[in-house]
Amino acid sequence: MFGRLVQRELVMAFRHGADTLAALLFFLIAGSLFPLAIGPSPEVLGKIAPGIVWVCALLAAILPLDRVFGADFEDGTLDQLLLSGMAPALITLAKATAHWLTTGLPLLLAAGPLAIMLRMPPAAVPVLLAGLLPGTLTLSILGTMGSAIVLGARRGGVLLPLLVLPLSVPVLIFGAAAADSTAQGLSARPELLLLGALLALALPLCSVAGGVSLRAAAEG
Amino acid sequence: MLAGETLAAMRAERLVFARVNLSVTPGEALLLRGPNGAGKSTLIRMLAGLLRPVMGRVLWDGSDIREDLGAHAGRVAMLGHQDAVKPALSVAGNLELFSQGGMEQVTAALVAMGLDRLTDLPGRLLSAGQKRRLALARLAVRHAGLWLLDEPTLGLDDASIQRLGLLLARHLTAGGMVVAATHVDLPLPSCRVLRLGS
Repeated sequence: MFGRLVQRELVMAFRHGADTLAALLFFLIAGSLFPLAIGPSPEVLGKIAPGIVWVCALLAAILPLDRVFGADFEDGTLDQLLLSGMAPALITLAKATAHWLTTGLPLLLAAGPLAIMLRMPPAAVPVLLAGLLPGTLTLSILGTMGSAIVLGARRGGVLLPLLVLPLSVPVLIFGAAAADSTAQGLSARPELLLLGALLALALPLCSVAGGVSLRAAAEG
Repeated sequence: MLAGETLAAMRAERLVFARVNLSVTPGEALLLRGPNGAGKSTLIRMLAGLLRPVMGRVLWDGSDIREDLGAHAGRVAMLGHQDAVKPALSVAGNLELFSQGGMEQVTAALVAMGLDRLTDLPGRLLSAGQKRRLALARLAVRHAGLWLLDEPTLGLDDASIQRLGLLLARHLTAGGMVVAATHVDLPLPSCRVLRLGS
């Protein structure tokens, strides 16, 4: 059931290709605005490149979030999912998996080229990506939970970033710090381990919280 | 067997209904009648376990469904107000996730609702009546004992209402239960009626 739901979401994301691509294009365009605004000096850009990549990835991952459950809530699919016998927490986890595969994974693939374009030292790029992997996974499950929480609220689309962005601050801090440590010749291991710990914490907690929110939304 | 004990529902501080008792045994159909706003849809959602009653209990074989909502979900198939048809998925693709018996069962359900020639058509090309028929076909792909129907005939033509009658008759003969909120008579051999809002 879990696999079939993920597969169904992927088929739909593929058919709505434009929506899926929008987050990726946003990521690339937002990232390339910085050299235009700050100036092309390699020293300055290279220093702030990890921060730029992380902030842009965070904002791009939030872009498609309001549709994660929004469409299902409006067209009655959410009721059918809740009555399918699948635990609500698992529904949340499946949706987060699909969100990561359609948003997080493309961002991860595009982050390397963007970082090099921003003159990040090539040696630091693998660490940036190693941080983005657990980072984007955590953002997907956090965001999916947020999407479930704002269901049924008026102006949910505005509320969602206000809810998810503060929660993603730890991910941002450790993610950017990992890349910074490498640039200064230190080991990024502690930061990467902390990112892994955040993911391990977020996966069960956010799934359960999201599941409870889905039930509450159906009651509303 | 399904039973409701002194059920009550509120909507925005207003009492929709109170002290509603009902029971449905295997092979039996119960029609919910009543004017708009009498709480028929609310009661349907309550019996599905999607809505918490403000008073009373919904019982399945004597135990409260809220003790194990997951188990209750497995016994229930609901046709809501909305058809829950995804425009991007094909007719068969829309049912696949909910099917407990694989593609054969999906095909059989589509044949039963006369949609077998549209199997590969995307949901966005269906008419309102065809979407309703697809939502009805979803009932048939679940192995659920209890069917909860909210205005099942909405948008259906005469031929489709006949097909719905056959589908319901087969479900009831197999020992299934049906609770349907409706304004028009359903093509059922026999059924009991519960009036709300009188």
